[in-house]
Amino acid sequence: MTEEIEAMTDSITLPNSLRSQPDASGHFGSFGGRYVAETLMPLILELEKVYRDARQDPAFDAEFTELLRSYVGRPNPLYYAGRLTEALRAEAAPGKGAKIYLKREELNHTGAHKINNCIGQALLARRMGKKKVIAETGAGQHGVATATVAALFGMECKIFMGAKDVERQKPNVFRMKLLGAEVIPVVSGSQTLKDAMNDALRHWVSNVHDTFYIIGTAAGPHPYPELVRDFQSVIGREAREQILELEGRLPDMLIAPVGGGSNAIGLFHPFLDDAEVRMIGVEAAGEGLAGKHAASLAGGKSGILHGNRTYLLQDEDGQITEAHSISAGLDYPGIGPEHSWLHEIGRVEYMPITDDEALASFQKLSALEGIIPALESAHAIAIAEKVAPTLDADRIIVVNLSGRGDKDIFTVASALGVEI
Amino acid sequence: MTVDRLSARFAACKSQGRAALVTFVTAGDPSVADTPAILDALVEGGADIIELGMPFTDPMADGPAIELANLRSLGSGTKTKDIFALASAFRARHPETPLVLMGYANPMLVRGPQWFADQCSAAGVDGVVCVDVPPEEDAEIGPALRAAGIHLIRLATPTTDAARLPAVLNGASGFLYHVAVAGITGKQQAAQAAVEQAVARLKTATDLPIAVGFGVRSAEQAAAIGRVADGVVVGSAIVDIIGSHGDAAAPFVKEFVAALRGALNANSPHFRETAA
Ligand SMILES: Cc1ncc(COP(=O)(O)O)c(C=O)c1O
Repeated sequence: MTEEIEAMTDSITLPNSLRSQPDASGHFGSFGGRYVAETLMPLILELEKVYRDARQDPAFDAEFTELLRSYVGRPNPLYYAGRLTEALRAEAAPGKGAKIYLKREELNHTGAHKINNCIGQALLARRMGKKKVIAETGAGQHGVATATVAALFGMECKIFMGAKDVERQKPNVFRMKLLGAEVIPVVSGSQTLKDAMNDALRHWVSNVHDTFYIIGTAAGPHPYPELVRDFQSVIGREAREQILELEGRLPDMLIAPVGGGSNAIGLFHPFLDDAEVRMIGVEAAGEGLAGKHAASLAGGKSGILHGNRTYLLQDEDGQITEAHSISAGLDYPGIGPEHSWLHEIGRVEYMPITDDEALASFQKLSALEGIIPALESAHAIAIAEKVAPTLDADRIIVVNLSGRGDKDIFTVASALGVEI
Repeated sequence: MTVDRLSARFAACKSQGRAALVTFVTAGDPSVADTPAILDALVEGGADIIELGMPFTDPMADGPAIELANLRSLGSGTKTKDIFALASAFRARHPETPLVLMGYANPMLVRGPQWFADQCSAAGVDGVVCVDVPPEEDAEIGPALRAAGIHLIRLATPTTDAARLPAVLNGASGFLYHVAVAGITGKQQAAQAAVEQAVARLKTATDLPIAVGFGVRSAEQAAAIGRVADGVVVGSAIVDIIGSHGDAAAPFVKEFVAALRGALNANSPHFRETAA
């Protein structure tokens, strides 16, 4: 164990397990909970009940696992990024430069981790007898994944998407329409992910009797943060098995980008009780923490929005401030409640990466490994580039490559001043 | 609380044989400077109880009318301290009229529940409706308000079934706000039969006065609901008038509220006699 890791675990009084959250009322420490209008409460309580039943039902898990295998293409590989590792070693001090592995979520059907969660929630929707699904989307990845499972399950689908995101994620908008979904541009507020979530909630509250809301990240009212985490934990379980097989031991560090936090919690959760595994969640620092950004932990404080108590970007009156990131999937002023808790107890470190740093890593990974990462994932690569050279060469880092970058080529081209 | 203005007002309305008129506007819409005249217009038009909305950037239980009012207010620079100043000044001008703050948890709780309860107390606020704190999260706001003698007004909706209703009523005070439609504030209207059924059901479970709101837009609707409920809440229809007339809205607001009140009065045997 390195000294930093010892120092870190010393500072926490560990409960028996860090994997037993949330409590019965849906709280992770002081975070989480169920802050919704009364109209939605009965539905949320029913969802919790249905979810508990489903977890006990081997047939539910069997169907979930089979769809992940035959439809999503799991397990996806854990890939040793040799050229990236070597390039960083070349600039590191002798003997330094950790081995970097990439968890290839970008190889999933629809190109990101989002589909794992959508399959799980669509199965729950079917179990509850709901034939209509709705979702909010930022980058469009969750919208595409939801539209995909809606097609697969024969459900009617509406996707709420900030008008600004409709503009910057045109390919995904077209994909959703091809998949049979109705895309509803949201023109209120900042016209991004948080406003899409507001309008999705408005629609849901008016259609609770027949509509299931497939929330796209590990946030929202209980039990969403828990069930999204559980569906995404397939990432960490696979990565754990794969690294044990490849290296015969657990990794020293996990790195994942954090928007609402679903891919990150999915990777981290199965390792939370392994004190020797250090974890870094990467927040979007946009133009820098002094300017416009989307780093809720670094620049926010505890508050209540979208059904949960969590860290939020807000002013002194509790008004939500607009987030900014070049990456639409990270452009949200909040974060899932379990991350707020893991941050407060110090189990996971959260670090910021700016738009410019993410753009540089986007290009670097493309050129060195032939993998074009999503801009979200590029944030995690950027932290790996900073941290790997400080660690000994026999250390192992696993980075969650949460999605592929095809959807981002227009944004990146325009940021680089290239016309396509 | 020295005087319980809410109970006194519901009792007075009952003795007049009519429902109480509860009117909603957003504080600071279109600006803080315009709000006192609009609040006075509500009272002069005949409103019994004033619901003052605390604007929030993300009013996800509201439809376009009130959402726009929230954004107009914040756009003109309304701060939380301005809202409490408006409430204090209202209390000084209208010592008898109950004032209820309605809004979302985050602006209410950002400085802690004790701070909020103290401010409500000092400003002469009688009750609070917090849209996104259900009974399950009562600890966030309920204990502080109760200790300060401020009513926590709970919402019952078409989805609040018999099994759940006791949880909603536990800790509720002032009145019970029946949300007539499963939805957001605005244009959607509830069927009169459904309202009547719901009110009858709620009456068997509580002695609290029952006010019905969401989607009440016209004098006729108000009169129909007022025949069965203890209070009728009108929000979006008033907010729309403010939206179209801006800083000149007060007289139009007064005229509309007077029509609503006239319709409720017409239900009352007392008023029918005096009019004759
Ligand atoms: C590829 C990718 N990674 C990460 C995210 C961020 O979401 P989360 O933090 O829930 O994983 C998104 C969201 O759209 C995404 O598309």
